Amino acid sequence: MLAFVLTLVLLLSIVIVLAYAERKVAAFMQDRLGPTEAGPYGSLQSVLDVLKLLQKEDIVPAAADKNLFKLAPILIFAAVFAGFAVIPFTPDLVPAGIGIGVFYLLAIISLDVVGLLMAGWGSNNKYAMLGAMRSVAQIVSYEIPAGLAILSAVMICQSLDFQEISYQQGALMNRFPGLEFEMNWLFGIEALGINTTTIGGITTWNIFRAPILLISFIIYFIASLAESNRAPFDIPEAESELVAGFHVEYSGFRFAILFLAEYSMMVLVCLVAVILFLGSWNTPLPNIGPVSLAYWTTGTVGELSGILWGGFWLLSKTFVLLFLQLQIRWTYPRLRVDQLMHLCWKVLTPIALGVVLIAGIWRLLMI
Amino acid sequence: MLFYIFAILAIVSGAYMVLTRNLLYAGFSLLIVLLSIAGIYVLLFADFIAVTQLMVYVGGVLVLILFGIMLSSRVQDKSLLSENVNTVWGALVAGLIVVGLSYSILKSNISSLPWLQTMEMDVLGNQKSTVQTIGIKLMTDFVLPFEIASLLLLIALMGAAYIATDKQKV
Repeated sequence: MLAFVLTLVLLLSIVIVLAYAERKVAAFMQDRLGPTEAGPYGSLQSVLDVLKLLQKEDIVPAAADKNLFKLAPILIFAAVFAGFAVIPFTPDLVPAGIGIGVFYLLAIISLDVVGLLMAGWGSNNKYAMLGAMRSVAQIVSYEIPAGLAILSAVMICQSLDFQEISYQQGALMNRFPGLEFEMNWLFGIEALGINTTTIGGITTWNIFRAPILLISFIIYFIASLAESNRAPFDIPEAESELVAGFHVEYSGFRFAILFLAEYSMMVLVCLVAVILFLGSWNTPLPNIGPVSLAYWTTGTVGELSGILWGGFWLLSKTFVLLFLQLQIRWTYPRLRVDQLMHLCWKVLTPIALGVVLIAGIWRLLMI
Repeated sequence: MLFYIFAILAIVSGAYMVLTRNLLYAGFSLLIVLLSIAGIYVLLFADFIAVTQLMVYVGGVLVLILFGIMLSSRVQDKSLLSENVNTVWGALVAGLIVVGLSYSILKSNISSLPWLQTMEMDVLGNQKSTVQTIGIKLMTDFVLPFEIASLLLLIALMGAAYIATDKQKV
């Protein structure tokens, strides 16, 4: 129960910061000022936006399917929020450390799709319906390259447990039960003879342990943009065609929930990318001889310093990726539907399949 | 306790799924049935099966069903309703299945089954999940069914691709 409340509070604060950052980044890239009135540099703007949304009237259209309409935002947010249950935030803080966390996450996110269909249908509006259809088709298709990219990382790590994958990517690896005698080698190739187990830092991140994972990271990142309906893959809510997509009929608190779910999805996919490919809560600084930067910037596991450092590295890496998402949104134009499907099925999926094959071979070099 | 919650949820929404006339509501109550069955799988220490159930049935089959309903309905501007057909035969078959199942359950003395008595409560032991065991079993004892299933899926995929292609008029 404590984990539930803590995660929810953390998520809400991240989303509020993100909503503010989105407006400021957009303004900066378009040479505008963005919000300036509320608070210093307009920093209270998103808090006030939330308060405004909470005060608004909750309108349910007369012709809508009322039960589905009311239930859909809850289901969408619950599905995304349930994904956070398996995310390890620090070396010893994970809401639910189940052994098949990665697989669970992929499955629970697909519940989101049912919620989207429910919202689109329940609104009884052709724009909402079309938006939901597009959104679902896009999410279901892009789950395949994303899943294959995740699979290649899982093959390298030989584990479906997020926490175990996290421990493997740092100097603390031998502290994890079951990994006491594992070794990390530079680029994962034992024949090179450079042992990085105690060096840690960036040399043990997954994209460094097996450089092929850099490609799967890029594939995953592109696919995750599509899964969270972000530009350039935002055809489900293409303003010029569909008004706002599946949430066109929602207002007030229910819209706030949908908005929250969308931003939580962004945070979730970035967290997963960081954990699987970019070293999770591990520090990027390696131990160099007597200068043990990695240990200094990791803290002591189980104490406050370990929790603070772990959370700091995880969140700062996540924010870098989120910033990249924002930047991409204001840089690239929206794709057409056929271009979207072409990218998914004819570009990303074949490359991802190839990466899975190479990752399997790479794993053989690692043992 | 948890088992009863999941079981009641599954039964109630299953009954609703069968009894409702609106196909779309039936689809959504199927969602609850599948979720509660996944919960029961978790209680039985079958975490992998539970998640696979979510992945395949909720993420795949159910979405496909809902898509089908949504694309095909509202043609006559009304929600799709199911009709009662084959009432006599349906009731007969269902009744026979119920009688047969209850008969065999009542006849068997479940609590005295030998494998149940030697069973340990600690099913997983030192492992954190059943994935490893399932993987090893699939690649050794059950490799033939596994491969046949993959071949079947490949054939289905090729069939789907063939049906979907534009046939050039000669």
